[in-house]
Amino acid sequence: MKKKTFAIFVGPSVFMMVLFIAAPLLSILWLSVHVTQPVYEQVEVEICTPGLLGSVCSTELKTRPLLDESGRILTQTTFVGLQSYRNVIEPEKLRSAIANGSWRELMNIRFWSALRFTLVFTILTLPLVLGTGLLIALAVNNTLQRIKGPVIFVSLLPFIITPVIGALSIRWLFIGDGILTAGLEWWLDRDIAMFAQAWTIELMMYMYRVWHVAPFAFVVFYAGLQTVNNDAVEAAIIDGASRWQRLRYVIIPHLMPLVIFLTLIHLMDAYRVFEEIVGFSASAYVISLQWLTYEFLLQDGTGARAISRASASAILTMIGVAVLLGLPLRRVWRERKGS
Amino acid sequence: MSSAALRQPMSLKVLSNGFLAFWCIVAAFPIAWIAVMSFKTPIDAFDSNPFRVIFGPHTRTNIGGLSLIDILLGLALAGMLVRQAIRWLPGKVAEYTPNGRTGISWLVGGGAYTLVSLVLLVVVLPAVLGVLNPVLGPLGTSIVGLTTEHYEAVWIDRGFTRNFANSMIVTSGVVLVSLTVGTLAGYGLARSDSVIAFWLLVVALVFRALPHSVLVAGYLPYFITSAEWLAPIFGDAAPTLYGKPWAIIAVLVAINQPFTIWMLRSFFQNIPAELDEAARVDGCSHFGAFRRVIVPVMWPGVITTGLFSFLLAYNDFLVTSLLLDAQNMTMVPAIANMFNRETTASDEVQAIAAAVSITAPLFVLVLVFQRQIVSGLTAGAVKG
Repeated sequence: MKKKTFAIFVGPSVFMMVLFIAAPLLSILWLSVHVTQPVYEQVEVEICTPGLLGSVCSTELKTRPLLDESGRILTQTTFVGLQSYRNVIEPEKLRSAIANGSWRELMNIRFWSALRFTLVFTILTLPLVLGTGLLIALAVNNTLQRIKGPVIFVSLLPFIITPVIGALSIRWLFIGDGILTAGLEWWLDRDIAMFAQAWTIELMMYMYRVWHVAPFAFVVFYAGLQTVNNDAVEAAIIDGASRWQRLRYVIIPHLMPLVIFLTLIHLMDAYRVFEEIVGFSASAYVISLQWLTYEFLLQDGTGARAISRASASAILTMIGVAVLLGLPLRRVWRERKGS
Repeated sequence: MSSAALRQPMSLKVLSNGFLAFWCIVAAFPIAWIAVMSFKTPIDAFDSNPFRVIFGPHTRTNIGGLSLIDILLGLALAGMLVRQAIRWLPGKVAEYTPNGRTGISWLVGGGAYTLVSLVLLVVVLPAVLGVLNPVLGPLGTSIVGLTTEHYEAVWIDRGFTRNFANSMIVTSGVVLVSLTVGTLAGYGLARSDSVIAFWLLVVALVFRALPHSVLVAGYLPYFITSAEWLAPIFGDAAPTLYGKPWAIIAVLVAINQPFTIWMLRSFFQNIPAELDEAARVDGCSHFGAFRRVIVPVMWPGVITTGLFSFLLAYNDFLVTSLLLDAQNMTMVPAIANMFNRETTASDEVQAIAAAVSITAPLFVLVLVFQRQIVSGLTAGAVKG
């Protein structure tokens, strides 16, 4: 294909990606080192209150935003260097937390607690998702032909459901004296409030994520199982391999490329954990990096948005995902080159 | 291979099928349960006894419910409708299809069938049962409490129809634009082995990994002030991008592009290049070959990719909640607003009804497109 035709075919797509992905990335770099604020002026105001003998007057110094001729608040953008990053990371508090060796103090800083949760969430759910997916795939592969279709249909439901709604549906099972909380209380014979402390909420988030993504792993593994080389399995049987050995030494090595694929996708997606926090209303207890940026972007009480801090936290989030994906990707890259 | 060596012991079979049954319950239970809850009064919906939630005694005594005959006839009719949709409908659609326009005739036929089914289930059946129930005595007394008041409250009083319309505008826009742009790019990338194409794909993969909040942080300030900085180009007609559905469509299309072009590229690679080469030899230009030879055979891949674009746009919360104003809110952020303020129990059940309403189209989607979704999920993996 000639360069020109290629350019015409690919052009619209590249244009959209440059305008809406590459440009915003550059813009947050700029935004994160600048702060836009209303310009304030100080004015002396005479305040009079009616007293017993005529009015009592006093003058006060008041700050108010400057308005331009059309009545809008005048703003001014200044270069602040790394101040916004400092506001997000809070290095003084970090230093004192490390000096005191206090984990609790560290977790009081929103950024570090968000980072902690995001990483733990990503790493912890990975083996659970892979394991559950593989188990379901093996079980489906093992079952009657006739019920495979319906089972796949049911399995797809948690995957396809809107993440916020999925999280909400789990929340409604547990909230208050919800049906599952009641069941747990009956079983453990004690009072349980799932939404009263951080760790139970976190536990529900892990459970939700495994429920939500395991079907994807299942479908991919199931497709992989269809291509297992029967001759190799037969040879293993002749060599006297047990069922477990066949799984361990023939089937799982065959599925290894899929494991790497799923791991990469999972790292990308789990690092973005966000909808769970909306669905479980968890922001008072645990937050994730995406939530931190989201929170800065929301309007505060005065209608202002902390754009600069949001950009700084976005950049930090991005660095995080680069580090997280860099390690496994480099390994894949080396293996590709080696082979 | 049918050797005796592969036969499994009973215990393994029981274990594996038992696990499967357990998984199916886990997978379906939360969704099925909120569907049940949405039809009950708050007292029943949040009862700690599961049987009271299912049978809804409070709902039954205060509002009403279904009798045995209601349930039986309803299930029979629904079963018959589904059966006809599978057995009878495809033949009819094929019969009335003018040369090869299957897509459109399925749209018309399926739409008409759904409409007739809804009329039968919602209008005709209750009318018939209204006559039958009083006559039948014990069969006609209600046993399961059921109320649709929460659905009415959500859809009529709370204006969820507007959110639904917004969702439809955004999702259909995203699907159409992202498929048009993505198909061209995917085809171009599949038929090119230049270095640029390779690096384009690598960059797209990097973009795929970006958390969406990073991008939204980049849009938000510019979207809010766009009337100012677009003024030099558009004059007084410069639009404020913030809150505009078409601006969201553009954003979601771009976010979705990396995934779309990867997926479509792998589909196009499966279409033999000899096909368009033959057309080129016969004197077609590249675009002519694409239009006459590739377009007719690309629909399976395009439909699959379209499904995933639909899911991305329909399920999105982050982008839509930050960039749309209350007026143009789509369904998912709207429901989040519903339960975030101080809620009464009946608000909570209304939120559940809204959640079920959002899930219902997805349920139908899986029902109809199960095969395409599975093939789409595995397409990326097999290549990788």
